[in-house]
Amino acid sequence: MALSTHRTTTALLRHLTPAISYLRHISTDSTSTITVETSVPFTGHKIDPPSRSVDTTAQELMSFFRDMALMRRMEIAADSLYKAKLIRGFCHLYDGQEAVAVGMEAAITRKDCIITAYRDHCIFLGRGGTLLESFSELMGRKDGCSKGKGGSMHFYKKEGGFYGGHGIVGAQIPLGCGLAFAQKYKNDENVTFTLYGDGAANQGQLFEALNMAALWDLPAILVCENNHYGMGTAEWRAAKSPAYYKRGDYVPGLKVDGMDALAVKQACRFAKEHALKNGPIILEMDTYRYHGHSMSDPGSTYRTRDEISGVRQERDPIERVRKLLLAYDIANEKELKDIEKEARKQVDEAIAKAKESPLPEPSELFTNVYVKGYGVESFGADRKEIRAALP
Amino acid sequence: MAAIVQGIGSTAAPCASSNKFLLSSLGSSLLEKKRNFFVVRSDGKCYTGLNQQQRRAQNVVTNAVATKEEKASAAVGSKPGHELLLFEALREGLEEEMDRDPCVCVMGEDVGHYGGSYKVTKGLAEKYGDLRVLDTPIAENSFTGMGIGAAMTGLRPIVEGMNMGFLLLAFNQISNNCGMLHYTSGGQFKIPIVIRGPGGVGRQLGAEHSQRLESYFQSIPGIQMVACSTAYNAKGLMKAAIRSDNPVILFEHVLLYNLKERIPDEEYVLNLEEAEMVRPGEHVTILTYSRMRYHVMQAAKTLVNNGYDPEVIDIRSLKPFDLYTIGNSVKKTHRVLIVEECMRTGGIGASLTAAINENFHDHLDAPIVCLSSQDVPTPYAGTLEEWTLVQPAQIVSAVEQLCL
Repeated sequence: MALSTHRTTTALLRHLTPAISYLRHISTDSTSTITVETSVPFTGHKIDPPSRSVDTTAQELMSFFRDMALMRRMEIAADSLYKAKLIRGFCHLYDGQEAVAVGMEAAITRKDCIITAYRDHCIFLGRGGTLLESFSELMGRKDGCSKGKGGSMHFYKKEGGFYGGHGIVGAQIPLGCGLAFAQKYKNDENVTFTLYGDGAANQGQLFEALNMAALWDLPAILVCENNHYGMGTAEWRAAKSPAYYKRGDYVPGLKVDGMDALAVKQACRFAKEHALKNGPIILEMDTYRYHGHSMSDPGSTYRTRDEISGVRQERDPIERVRKLLLAYDIANEKELKDIEKEARKQVDEAIAKAKESPLPEPSELFTNVYVKGYGVESFGADRKEIRAALP
Repeated sequence: MAAIVQGIGSTAAPCASSNKFLLSSLGSSLLEKKRNFFVVRSDGKCYTGLNQQQRRAQNVVTNAVATKEEKASAAVGSKPGHELLLFEALREGLEEEMDRDPCVCVMGEDVGHYGGSYKVTKGLAEKYGDLRVLDTPIAENSFTGMGIGAAMTGLRPIVEGMNMGFLLLAFNQISNNCGMLHYTSGGQFKIPIVIRGPGGVGRQLGAEHSQRLESYFQSIPGIQMVACSTAYNAKGLMKAAIRSDNPVILFEHVLLYNLKERIPDEEYVLNLEEAEMVRPGEHVTILTYSRMRYHVMQAAKTLVNNGYDPEVIDIRSLKPFDLYTIGNSVKKTHRVLIVEECMRTGGIGASLTAAINENFHDHLDAPIVCLSSQDVPTPYAGTLEEWTLVQPAQIVSAVEQLCL
């Protein structure tokens, strides 16, 4: 990996005080700019791709590492919880793809909207969700983000601008265009990131929504998280043209290395500027998932274990940031290991707390079917509980 | 009121399925008998003979149909109101809500520059601009989804299906996202969307353009369904649907758009979950909605002349049912006839029958009779199309059978 470095205070300090870690802490929190080159250049379709050099800070790189380590630990813990039958139903894990979540968060604000499909645990975390809410929801408890009524595929966080969590493949894409429509309607200079997978890229509603977004210049950024497998079907077996960033035709596209958090950040920042001025853009994140499609899928019947371990060795997003941190001497091995241990501890604590969280009350079965006020509190479709009052 | 209904056939109903009541010769001879005993006195009181029926018909209602002028003036008071057609009433309601709340917007095919295929949104695009009255491409699934996404952020979109049948393409969005998002998000998002459009059997429009989707949508948890039938309730329900924080599907009927009525000048909003008492009565409760209301009122004229006193209720709220009003009526008359345009299988009438049976079984003197359309795709030929639907003659004979 080619690195072009500026001489920073850390490099200077390294020669002076190798043993005093407190000075390094000062430099760890420094916000002086580090410029890193992405692993591969961006490829554009009908657009000039942004530069390969990404500006970042030590603080940001540390936060990348911390967040990705937490996400990775959360997903692995969810794996064991599922096998222990505490999580039921479908559980789609995001490990391997964490760079997309953290890179996107770094480029945008909480006022921008993100909407995604069912592989939503880590994006929920990135948008401000807590581990407790996450695990409680997975185990169907009251403290879950959706009060235990949504499940793995229905995480939402309104205050964080996270619009879910959708089970039907591709159905979130028109919703995402609706979010962008509302942003344009309200003129609030925010954008919507609509995430979908390589499997959903063949849905008709994607192209319908793309047409409308392009027609009305909606600030919608469609992000294809291409992990190369639509459940068990490889992309070349499902799509005539697996170049998903080109499939927008009249809509410009950008292909991004989705395992490089800095590349994702650069691309998202670029896309946000573009969308606010010119309308929709497609980002294809070239990424990979280590687990199978879901916990019911071993993940090895349609791909070899060598492939999975190969990607893990060469392209793992956390390893990449770890190498960056070590190379720039922002932290040493021990500190990074401590961060990972801390992440593990946080996850274990959250799981313990979530296990204590009670199951929802039986009356919760009927709450939130309708909004109170002009509607009715519904106990089955036909019985009227409360008569609505006219405004 | 405009007479949309077909003429009453004096001949027997077609020999279609068994759920229709054929005008049996026994029934007609009983009619003959009743007429012989029937003496109407000048004060409206009926001289009763030996027949059980006549004993009950103490007060013959001279006017079978409550005229709209009476009703409107009763509702309004001193102001005379203004006359308009049903689609204009819908537009008025829409315009008032768009004036009142800048978050209200309309999206659909040809709603903007064209003015709406049934002129419901005529003139609105010039007034509010292209973004608030949005002409969409022909992509029902996506623009319904777009409306739902916009509603999640707080806008109040009204999605128009050019014909309700086209919304079948948007079924996934309506069922999974529109209906369920409030629940699966634990109450975080509300979807204050209105989905409206004309449905029902028109004049020889063919099978695909004559669909009644209320039966398909009724199971979706989380949505409300209302059906308008007069200009008065069209405007009121439109306004109520827009103000409601729940997703509401407003069913209009292709053949009712040109109904002329006098509606109040002042602002009014109707209750979404309430049924409308069209004609109070004593003998039988007839539950209906949308266009069948007019077939029922036509049949009611005949029934009144024959000495029956039907109570006609326009249920208006298809989900949830107004079991309060319906229940009070059942407790009074003990007999129920449901007349609907839906298909027999799995229709609104089927659900309503189940609901009334469950809740008011002890009050029923006879099994509930449900007259619905035939379980066939609507044919193009005029006569066949007529036989697909419930006609007033069938309603009359059903009531007579029920009240035996």
